[in-house]
Amino acid sequence: MERCFPFQTSVTVYKAYTRVESDANTIARALTAQTAETDAIRFLVGTQSLKFDNQITNEPKRLSSENRVLTCAAVWRMPPEWESGSHESPDDSSNNPQTLELLCHLDNTAHGSVACVLWEPLGDGKRVISLAENHVLLWDLQESSTKATISSTATLEGKGQLKFTAGKWSPHHNSTQLVTANDTAIRGWDLRSMSQIYCIENAHGQLVRDLDFNPNKQYYLASCGDDCKVKFWDVRHINEPVKCLEEHSHWVWSVRYNHSHDQLLLTGSSDSRVILSNMVSISSEPFGHLVDDDDLSDNEENQQEDKGKEPLQDSIIATYEEHEDSVYAVEWSAADPWLFASLSYDGRLVINRVPRALKYRILL
Amino acid sequence: MSSATTPPDSDPTGRRQVHSMLKLYYGMNEEGKVESLDPCDINGPHFDPEVYLNKLRKECSLGELMDHESCTVKQIRSLDSDMQTLVYENYNKFISATDTIRKMKNDFKKMEDEMDCLSANMAAITEFSAHISGTLQDQHAQITKLSGVHTLLRKLQFLFELPARLNKCLELQAYAQAVSAHRRARCVLQQYSHMPSFRGIQDDCHVIMEQLAQQLRQKFRDGGSSAKDLSECVELLLQLDEPAEELCDKFLSHAQSRLEADLQGLEAELIDSLVTDTGGGLVQKTNPGSNPVSPSSSSTTNPFLSPTAGTDILEFIDRGCNEFVSNLCLVIASYQELFINHPQEGELASKKIPEMANGKLHVFVDTLAARYFSLVERRIQEEKGVGDNSLLVRALDRFHRRLQAISKLLPGSAVPSQGTEIVVRAARERIKQYLSALQTFYHDSLTDVRQALAAPRLSVGGASASGGGATSKDATPSLPELLTSLSNFILNQLKSVLASVHLFTAKDITFSNKPYFKGEFCSQGVREGLVVSFIKFICQSSRQYCESAGDRGGSTPPALLLLLSRLCLDYETSTISYILTLTDEQFLVQHHTPVTPVTALCAEAREAAQKLLNHYVKVQGLIISQMLRKSVETRDWVNTIEPRNVRAVMKRVVEDTTSIDVQVGLLYEEGVRKAHSSDSSKRTFSVYSSSRQQIRYAPSYTPSAPMDTSLLSNIHKLFSERIDIFSPVEFNKVSVLTGIIKISLKTFLECVRLRTFGRYGLQQIQVDCHYLQMYLWRFVSDENLVHFLLDEIVGSAAHRCLDPSPMEQSVIEVICERG
Repeated sequence: MERCFPFQTSVTVYKAYTRVESDANTIARALTAQTAETDAIRFLVGTQSLKFDNQITNEPKRLSSENRVLTCAAVWRMPPEWESGSHESPDDSSNNPQTLELLCHLDNTAHGSVACVLWEPLGDGKRVISLAENHVLLWDLQESSTKATISSTATLEGKGQLKFTAGKWSPHHNSTQLVTANDTAIRGWDLRSMSQIYCIENAHGQLVRDLDFNPNKQYYLASCGDDCKVKFWDVRHINEPVKCLEEHSHWVWSVRYNHSHDQLLLTGSSDSRVILSNMVSISSEPFGHLVDDDDLSDNEENQQEDKGKEPLQDSIIATYEEHEDSVYAVEWSAADPWLFASLSYDGRLVINRVPRALKYRILL
Repeated sequence: MSSATTPPDSDPTGRRQVHSMLKLYYGMNEEGKVESLDPCDINGPHFDPEVYLNKLRKECSLGELMDHESCTVKQIRSLDSDMQTLVYENYNKFISATDTIRKMKNDFKKMEDEMDCLSANMAAITEFSAHISGTLQDQHAQITKLSGVHTLLRKLQFLFELPARLNKCLELQAYAQAVSAHRRARCVLQQYSHMPSFRGIQDDCHVIMEQLAQQLRQKFRDGGSSAKDLSECVELLLQLDEPAEELCDKFLSHAQSRLEADLQGLEAELIDSLVTDTGGGLVQKTNPGSNPVSPSSSSTTNPFLSPTAGTDILEFIDRGCNEFVSNLCLVIASYQELFINHPQEGELASKKIPEMANGKLHVFVDTLAARYFSLVERRIQEEKGVGDNSLLVRALDRFHRRLQAISKLLPGSAVPSQGTEIVVRAARERIKQYLSALQTFYHDSLTDVRQALAAPRLSVGGASASGGGATSKDATPSLPELLTSLSNFILNQLKSVLASVHLFTAKDITFSNKPYFKGEFCSQGVREGLVVSFIKFICQSSRQYCESAGDRGGSTPPALLLLLSRLCLDYETSTISYILTLTDEQFLVQHHTPVTPVTALCAEAREAAQKLLNHYVKVQGLIISQMLRKSVETRDWVNTIEPRNVRAVMKRVVEDTTSIDVQVGLLYEEGVRKAHSSDSSKRTFSVYSSSRQQIRYAPSYTPSAPMDTSLLSNIHKLFSERIDIFSPVEFNKVSVLTGIIKISLKTFLECVRLRTFGRYGLQQIQVDCHYLQMYLWRFVSDENLVHFLLDEIVGSAAHRCLDPSPMEQSVIEVICERG
């Protein structure tokens, strides 16, 4: 049986280490934040064991599930008592876990195993995309989400065996764009016509593992892959990456922009490290000059601030080395923009905060 | 014999008196002698006969006394005879002297009479002379007056005849005479111009002189005349009060036209050589197809082309020097002769001609020289081939040397310094060209190496299957040979370039002692601009191989990466310091400005070497990774059959690793590894598999002991260090191989975690891992690393297994040994 962690973190909880424990050994691979939840900080963990039912999703948001040999996907409902919410306390997590309610399977045996499932980022949560082998499947959920039907599909064709490895539904453009990765290429799709709109060939030297959209800059995209690099793209100029980070020493499996402060970037790698970087130069934050230039009344304070703010440049904020096995997923909390979780193969979930000094510097 | 004047036994006092008187007479000084006070000294003044006798008597025997006595007697006798002769001689002299005195008395009497007669005569003469002058007084005054009139008349005549004379001179073209005549008359005419007759003459003269000046100007303008004629012309014109400024201008413009002709000749040559150069290039380009057919046609066209096409820079400069520069010098010299150094007299001196003329000359020389320099620079810029530097240096030397002549002639001129600047620029340009030539050479030699590598790689690929790399080695050079030949090539090329550049600072070259060539050229130009830049270029281009060649391994063969890495490392350890020392010694570099230190370059080279080696590891690791990944991803692990063999991929992996090991071993040292257990891998492995591994995942299939699993795996991880997969490697074989194997196995692990296995799938993984374990341990520095990663792989596969029943260890071993 699998279980989730509704973390009720207070300010005093600076770091939390948790192992995903169960009766059987736990091999965890998937992680997501409960994005519809705004009060409680809650992460959902997906595991990969074969013997037991081990998947979770909550109702408004998704998680992919892999099961048996053929991988399939399903939509689950979160236990309703979570949504009432207030009765939870920190020690509640040690209580019996609530069971998820299976709503429906995304039945797609015809298209092969599912690489990834994406909820519509905005709107009422009626649409789901799944990427299976070389197909893009757009699902419509019926009322109360008990039944899903394929509304449209697109197929990637080309030489050899093409397989999607990752995808992301763009939160911009009224949710009409999707970006996918297969092998070393990144492709953009228009969901209205289900056709390819751009393609970055050889975006990475090796396999592209993950993608994320900058939540505040509609053309900016981050990707990561087996060449240990994290690259930032402006999809209007796809010949060259805007920037390239090379901090990890093995494949980068996951990259996530902070939802509200897009200079904060989280990456997880199979070198067992999680790196939090500060990419000021390509964020939506003003860069290079100070915002409060007009605030000349208190010069002294200004100068002090200058000194403090000057070195805010592209940099690594912190490298987290708590994990002892490959980190496959990282995720920001939906409720607290300064909190994030990372999950490694051995089932260890680590929750960290952005360092306080940096937080104040960004806020002030 | 003692003195002849002291006979011992005659009266001593009397004798001494005579002696001293004689001495006085002959002017001898008695004080000079040291008188001995010994009374026994027979020659001394204090001689005491008594004492002497007593002494003799006391001291000597009878025989001796007898001898002494006879001896003394003999001496006395000889002294006596000497005395006599002396007396006689003196007597004779005295008599002759008396005679002479008497004769003189008579002569003086006669002379007195003659003197009286002379004085009487002189008085008579004086009287006569006074008389004569008195009579001639009147006539003398008259003659003086007459001669004054005569000269005046002659002057007047000269004036009256002047117009005619001038005309005649004009006809005969004896301009100099005319001018001098006119000059002589001019003042007078000026003075008496109020008188009508003189006025007429003056006007006539003016007209004639005007005409003369006209003619002179014409002659001056014609220009065909020789320099000497010209200077004469100018001199005359100057004397005729012609404005000096105008003359200067005319003279210079005249000279300019001639010099421009020279310049145009040079320019035409420049253009010619350009045209023929490109033409020749075209001919050569079109030729090769028909080369064997057309030697005759080319030989017919060749003489046509050769005179212009063959003009090298030395000839060009030579021509420029001989024509333009020497003409310029001539012009300057004659100009200075005419206008500046010419001694000016009278009112001409006050006009400050030299200053004005000097200014004009400077402007003139500067403009012409500027044009000449632009031509020379154009020609120098065309000098692109880096083959023979000596020609260029000699040309520049000549160029510079000839300009020194101008500096001697025209001390304040900027021309020589501009010339030096051109030389400096040319030298700089040259260094740049050499740098780019070196760079292209480096690229070319790398291409050669690449080709050389491509050939054996194929044959190694073919030969390694049959297990023999030795045959291919014989046919093509091996890696170390390529490395040494490459580095030798580069070093030799660099040395030859240094030798060429060194020509610039040779002692017999005039500009080599300029401060630029002594200081900046050596340090900034050669050392920094050439040598340091080249080394930096090597490092940089090496680094580019890591970056631009593409992340997929790109087109760069891994062996080249390895070779370059070793090259950079060699540079770091020895070559850089050698090259720089060589340069410093050759050029006697004195570092006035800060230069790149050897250590910085070495650090850069080391960094490049490190980067290349890391990249090599990455590329090789990637190649093996891809093999492993393909093999894991394409197989259906659920429905596989029971393992009978080690998969071919694993054998391939081991083979490739072995060949990489050989390749790296050719260039890098073995390196240190942690101590192995005494026995081979077998025992270690059996321990590993039977005890640890079994415990590690066997219980995990039995739900009864869940704690055990996590505990054990955690304890294991606690003690094993974190493995950095793509971490920098050290410069040795073991480290490189460790890196490659780490990357490969980690990929294997990650791929396995993404698959689902059936029972036999797991068992196949077990077999494969055991096989890898058997062979890979020997390559790495720490075999536990391999153990750990393989352990992880098998563990992960077990987790992803639907029916995890592992194979018996003994069976695995049998299969592996058979495979």
